Amino acid sequence: MNEIFVNSVFFGVTLTLASYFLGVFIKEHFNVPVLNPMIMSVVFVIVLLIVTHTSYETYNNGAKYINDFLTPATVCLAVPMYKQIEILRKNMAAVIAGILAGCIGHAAVVVGLGIALALDRTLIVSVLPKSVTTAIAMGVCEESGGIVAVVIVGVTVAGNIGAIFGPAILKALKINDPVAQGLAIGCCSHALGTSTAAVPMGEIQGAMSSLAIVVTGIMTVVIVPIVAGMI
Amino acid sequence: MNIFLPLPVPASVYGMILMLIALLTGIIKLPQVEETAGFLLDIMPIFFVGPTVRLMNEYGVISSSLVPFLIVCTVSTLVTLLLTGYVAQFVIKVTGPKSPDSIETVSGEVSEVVSGEVSEVVSEEEDKR
Repeated sequence: MNEIFVNSVFFGVTLTLASYFLGVFIKEHFNVPVLNPMIMSVVFVIVLLIVTHTSYETYNNGAKYINDFLTPATVCLAVPMYKQIEILRKNMAAVIAGILAGCIGHAAVVVGLGIALALDRTLIVSVLPKSVTTAIAMGVCEESGGIVAVVIVGVTVAGNIGAIFGPAILKALKINDPVAQGLAIGCCSHALGTSTAAVPMGEIQGAMSSLAIVVTGIMTVVIVPIVAGMI
Repeated sequence: MNIFLPLPVPASVYGMILMLIALLTGIIKLPQVEETAGFLLDIMPIFFVGPTVRLMNEYGVISSSLVPFLIVCTVSTLVTLLLTGYVAQFVIKVTGPKSPDSIETVSGEVSEVVSGEVSEVVSEEEDKR
């Protein structure tokens, strides 16, 4: 009986939705920023899978149908961008300069710190494309000779740091301009930061963060192979 | 487009650019998509749960150098956040004073420069297709 339940496609779907809404419920009742519903549901799912000795593959059998919505949802980010198109036009210089600085700074820190900490070259290359959304990161990583599994972890770490601590850090460092806030979150924490941190901050932040995903993605496609060739 | 172009750009980014163009040119009107888009964006964090759970399978690959790996990831993410935020805020302060009493000619110049850059970006995108 239990096996029929676990092997069913609905297992992954139900588990994902149930744990997410449990996460939302907890967030609404305690209101602590670290209690991000997404992180909590990931923890619930992993703990449950380990406790019940269920493999990721079994879970993913159903969960992959939920993941398939990620592409159309990313496309929808164009809507907040369109609504804020005037602000976007006015700030084009800031968009280009800010994101370019972010991308180059990111590559420099990854390479510099990676070498200083004696990290394997393959690992360094795998971390380079981590600021962009998973799908782009995987493609770039593969092309530059990195390990795809590692960049997925990197993307997740980057996304969560921006999503959880991004708004607080920006506030603490007096980056108060909504445009700059949105760009900063989108540039380091891709769609994850955009949807969980920037969109709740406001329409302008959400729009600029969505824009930053696209621009950072394009710059990463260009910069990472060059940097990977140099080290 | 993902199938036709050799660049490692995923379908979702092409879709986003196409959607924006469609909205800008009026092929799609905002009310047609606003509700659905709002709904999908509201529940978007759910879609990341599955891929993140995959961490439990890939833990072995990085466990040997986990600490330096996490340090590199964390520091580089924070540096990106700060650099982008500071540079963007600085450029906004220099180029586009938002206060209503800013001088007309200055904002006129700015918008000229900006629109030049917009057309540059657009033509770059057209080149890519």
